[in-house]
Amino acid sequence: MNKWQIFTRGLVKENAVLILMIGLCPALATSGTVRDGFGMGLAATFVLLFSNIIISIMRKRIPHEVRIPIFILIISTFVTIIDYFMQAYQPDLYRALGVFVPLIVVNCMILGRAEAYASKNSVINSALDGLGVGLGFTLTLTVIGAIREMLGSGTLLGVAVFGEAFKQSPVIFMILPPGAFLVIGVLKALINKYVK
Amino acid sequence: MKSPALIFFSAFLVNNIILMRFLGLCPFFGVSTAIETASGMGMAVIFVMTLAAWITWIIFHVILLPLDLVFLRTATFILTIASLVQLVEMFLKKSYRTLYNAMGIYLPLITTNCAILGITFLSIDNKFNLLNATVFAIGTGLGFTVVIITFAAIRERLDLAPINPALKGYPISFIVASLLSLAFLGFSGLFGLT
Repeated sequence: MNKWQIFTRGLVKENAVLILMIGLCPALATSGTVRDGFGMGLAATFVLLFSNIIISIMRKRIPHEVRIPIFILIISTFVTIIDYFMQAYQPDLYRALGVFVPLIVVNCMILGRAEAYASKNSVINSALDGLGVGLGFTLTLTVIGAIREMLGSGTLLGVAVFGEAFKQSPVIFMILPPGAFLVIGVLKALINKYVK
Repeated sequence: MKSPALIFFSAFLVNNIILMRFLGLCPFFGVSTAIETASGMGMAVIFVMTLAAWITWIIFHVILLPLDLVFLRTATFILTIASLVQLVEMFLKKSYRTLYNAMGIYLPLITTNCAILGITFLSIDNKFNLLNATVFAIGTGLGFTVVIITFAAIRERLDLAPINPALKGYPISFIVASLLSLAFLGFSGLFGLT
């Protein structure tokens, strides 16, 4: 597999949320607006990229029996970094994402890539893999966020898209929790129908 | 500060962990195929959640706060929960065989369950004392159990229903979850809670 295929595999063909159905909690909880979805996606991408790189560098030194706690420790280091970074420089976004920023540490997508890929492959490939999977996650969250924000608040990044009248009385259902389940359910059904 | 009873109902119904807070979705979709497995999972979650809430509360207030090590919170909590689950599993296997048979196989799954870690963070963020943290954990665990059993009962029926092939599996589960979530939205405002 060449480098480009490694990168794009996680982006589309093995998209974490919509194809593999992992990392669902943040995908549902933080996709109320485009900004939240994109911010959450980038935070997870950062953690995924750097934990993949570090784990790949140390892969020959990590004893097999205790690899999972070590992976978790490495991942939680980067989660703490992004947690404090966001708190300092993006306080609004941090408040909107809430507990889901520290919870990146239990996102099975990240531990899954560490176990299945980074612990067996070279540093460059692991970095590309982490970047691909992370950006695929970001893309999905941004798309879900865009759909929910457009229908639920009538705006896209704060700009009214369907006119003022719709913005006054949007489909509030979409930005509430039930809307999140519905959007992902419908997207998954469309993928089942048209992509296979 | 809210009273323990309000905290309980808030965690149980109004801010239900699965349908309103979106935590613990992997076991929610993963092990909700039959009522029996769902109730085993629910029991295991209530049990571990309460234990984890106690232990992380004590660690946070006795070790991390006095030593000014709050930045280690994420790493400490996840490792504590992982080892706690392992310990509980060994203990139950040796001493309480019937309990182990009922929920033993779900225990390893719980380590990566974001609901457990999530409520330990939430009870620290909300500055709960030990009593409130316990009530919060039990309420949340009960909320998890009620929803996952309801969902499993619906899915047992769904298996027999004629469903469009594109909707089979995950899509219809998500749509059902959406309707359940809509129903739980009706609880908001109960006892003045939001």
